[in-house]
Amino acid sequence: MPKDHGIGASQKRREDVRFLTGAGQYTDDINVHGQAYVCFLRSDVAHGRINKVDTAEAEAMPGVVRIFTGADFEGVGGLPCGWQVTDRFGQPMKEPAHPVLARGKVRHVGDPIAAVVADSLEEARNAAEAIVLDIEELPAAVNMKAALEAGAPRVHDDLSDNLCYDWGFVEDNRDAVDAAIKAAAHVTTLELVNQRLVANPMEPRVAVGDFNRATGDSTLYTTSQNPHVIRLLMGAFVLGIPEHKLRVVAPDVGGGFGSKIFHYAEEAFCTFAAKAINRPVKWTSSRAEAFLSDAQGRDHVTKIELALDKDNNFTAIRTSTLANMGAYLSTFASSVPTWLHGTLMAGNYKTPLIYVNVKAVFTNTVPVDAYRGAGRPEATFQLERVIDKAARELGVDPIALRRQNFITQFPYATPVAVEYDTGNYVATMDRLEEIADLSGFAARRKASEAKGMLRGLGVNCYIEACGIAPSNLVGQLGARAGLYDAATVRVNATGSISVMVGAHSHGQGHETVFPQVIAEMLGIDESMVEIVHGDSSKIPFGMGTYGSRSLAVCGSAMVRATEKIINKSKKIAAHMMEAAEADIELKDGKFSVAGTDKSVAWGDVTLAAYVPHNYPLEDIEPGLEETAFYDPSNFTYPSGAYACEVEVDPGTGKVTIEKFAAVDDFGNVVNPMIVEGQVHGGIGQGIGQALLENCVYDENGQLLSASFMDYAMPRASDVPFYQVDHSCATPCTHNPLGVKGCGEAGAIGSPPSVVNAVIDALQSGGHNVTHIDMPVSPHRVWQAMNG
Amino acid sequence: MQMSDSREIAAPQAVVWAGILDPEVLKQCVPGCTEMSGSPEEGFEATVVQKVGPVKATFKGAVTLSEVNAPNSVVLTGEGKGGAAGFAKGGATVRLEPKGDGVTMLHYDVEAKVGGKLAQLGSRIIDGFAKKMADQFFENFQAAVEGAGEGPSPADASAPEGEGGKKKGWFKRLVS
Repeated sequence: MPKDHGIGASQKRREDVRFLTGAGQYTDDINVHGQAYVCFLRSDVAHGRINKVDTAEAEAMPGVVRIFTGADFEGVGGLPCGWQVTDRFGQPMKEPAHPVLARGKVRHVGDPIAAVVADSLEEARNAAEAIVLDIEELPAAVNMKAALEAGAPRVHDDLSDNLCYDWGFVEDNRDAVDAAIKAAAHVTTLELVNQRLVANPMEPRVAVGDFNRATGDSTLYTTSQNPHVIRLLMGAFVLGIPEHKLRVVAPDVGGGFGSKIFHYAEEAFCTFAAKAINRPVKWTSSRAEAFLSDAQGRDHVTKIELALDKDNNFTAIRTSTLANMGAYLSTFASSVPTWLHGTLMAGNYKTPLIYVNVKAVFTNTVPVDAYRGAGRPEATFQLERVIDKAARELGVDPIALRRQNFITQFPYATPVAVEYDTGNYVATMDRLEEIADLSGFAARRKASEAKGMLRGLGVNCYIEACGIAPSNLVGQLGARAGLYDAATVRVNATGSISVMVGAHSHGQGHETVFPQVIAEMLGIDESMVEIVHGDSSKIPFGMGTYGSRSLAVCGSAMVRATEKIINKSKKIAAHMMEAAEADIELKDGKFSVAGTDKSVAWGDVTLAAYVPHNYPLEDIEPGLEETAFYDPSNFTYPSGAYACEVEVDPGTGKVTIEKFAAVDDFGNVVNPMIVEGQVHGGIGQGIGQALLENCVYDENGQLLSASFMDYAMPRASDVPFYQVDHSCATPCTHNPLGVKGCGEAGAIGSPPSVVNAVIDALQSGGHNVTHIDMPVSPHRVWQAMNG
Repeated sequence: MQMSDSREIAAPQAVVWAGILDPEVLKQCVPGCTEMSGSPEEGFEATVVQKVGPVKATFKGAVTLSEVNAPNSVVLTGEGKGGAAGFAKGGATVRLEPKGDGVTMLHYDVEAKVGGKLAQLGSRIIDGFAKKMADQFFENFQAAVEGAGEGPSPADASAPEGEGGKKKGWFKRLVS
């Protein structure tokens, strides 16, 4: 019988009760007495010189409290970048200023120029329309290749060109990789575009700034995945507010997918303006604004070469990528195409030599940063596509080619600086072949062909690095923060427990999963445990939720703190039962003395801790509350194998996903139902990228796909029923729960299998098509078939 | 976005030329135009109300004339600002070619671009919209100047600063 309690139980999400009954408390539900509303006037040209911003007429409009422009932020810091990348030549990346409101120039459509604060949103909007702008439009740098050419328009006048950095990894391998490719029996080359995506969480961003005149404290309510990171960045780098005078609250957040990690101008503005006008200031993004101001994802143009020896062993990989940064460096933009991408280029394979080159480019477009998977989907896509292409060129089975090159010995040190602690890629692939019924594919293809459809099968593997990350390692790599996390376990007098965690739940289900871990450890019911998160004034300093890190890093901190609780409560129990501490056992919420029938209940011990009448006060303090900070010693390395079957309609080019199977090794699983949901959501987004989504700018830098009319989000009818399996678990060797993280896997693993399947279908129909860029839309498929 | 087309207009070249330079004619011909003022020398100021897909806006814009080679060719450059709806700007090179028998060929090359909400929401329909606008404009223009040709003598009508009374003849067919 499946477990219904503790680790391994598919408990229903307790947070869903409030989400599904409309009782969630999102940032837009927060209204502070007397608040004013802000409307940002945003640039409608991609690149222009600001000659004049005339606010005179607008200031006189009804309801206007104050209008801010870039000049009001003289002396205020710009938005910082949290990761310093060092280029191939040992030089730091170029880091142009990122003002809260544009100064001198506008650099992308949506760049905020002025902010109107008024009594109502309507009045703020009307006044924003009355601002007279004199902006001289300049030629825009949009296409990355063109932006790097001599004479291209410069996004930042104070930089010599639009190159942010030219990164080589591992630079010392460069010559050896070149030589290995020259000497190879076969080299497969693939050029591809990993298109730009818009994250589009269901809840747009919101910020409410509040200033308390009596205490001098500032509070920011914001849609963030990591309130402490925002407090750190905004307090220290932008507004100069010390931590103890700044509180950042991220209440219920309706999805982030990475786009709510970053510190945004609107957050700094609302906090700043609330103090300036001594009145709370609220901003709620419209969907149209979200398209123009939320950091976007992916946008790589890549050439990858895979070298093989005469026996089809991989001997070297060389990649060359242009990565779009957009107009400014968003908070973690620089790390995504480098350390979150280059370090994953080994994939699941024992390729001895790898060289990754990435040129990061400034363009007059919305900034680009981490989006579900962040660098790892880009690495996986190019690697798994080029392996498929190589198999086709060599006339070998793509699964056999992968199996032949799998890493089988762990730990395994890759040539790209990371060490996989554990995994079993052979078992994972075996399981995939079984659950996806690959042996029955030929018959299913025949059946499709009988209907006039082309059927294709695409398979791929993936590896990802999660649980970011060991602070000393990322510090060497340029991170400007530590990446530990923290938890405080506060046991109340009657035995109930509040756990304050640094991780932030915005869809992950922490409020359900974290109590399962504590319930397992203490033998008490989950209903006695409550998770507190999202408020910097309540929780210990933690780094938040992204990179599939919450359970692996924050969950580990929580385990450590709970261990301290157990140790202390055993001391109390030993005193109460006049026994030796070493003889005390904790089981099913009871402390007993080994070998006797003496026991005290959990609640008796916790009460004694707070009512210490009979208590070892000479040895231990009263109370029962412990905090732990956990800094992992390595990344975790979830891996998996995915299979996708598609039908292509040769008449229209339309691709339909018929079957999708995912076998993931997430290590130990606390709540299988939630893990399955994470995989479903991730694959849904991966299918969105593979078939539908595309963020398009025209040659002038105008965003053409700026609403759901033109930006095609996946719908229920676009995705199949998934077969999901996580039985091939190799527990992580270095964290106490043996967990690896599951949040991004689906989005990383699914795009290559979809595209591999489409190519396979077209090849089966006699079309010599070797690659189609995503999104593999009917238009593109039809062109490929008929071109 | 670029468009090129030609139209045969049953009016002498001088009449057609004068029409291009007349704000009253332009006002009647630009679809959605509610105001038009100015002169060929100073440029024209116009207000146009239009709906592009989901975006409806009042565009205030200026048109300037350059490379004037009377009565053969002219370049019109303009920009319209629609507030929160964004902007449209572009240029048109208009060339006139006499075909004899009082008939003139009008050739035009239009280059236009849109920005802001117009681009964000209207990009799928903007090409079709621009084509429709151009077709309507030249249809109106053809009707206006061909009507004018039936009125007063070509010599009078060709005067750049025609008198009000004579101008009415231009629009006989439009307003009737």
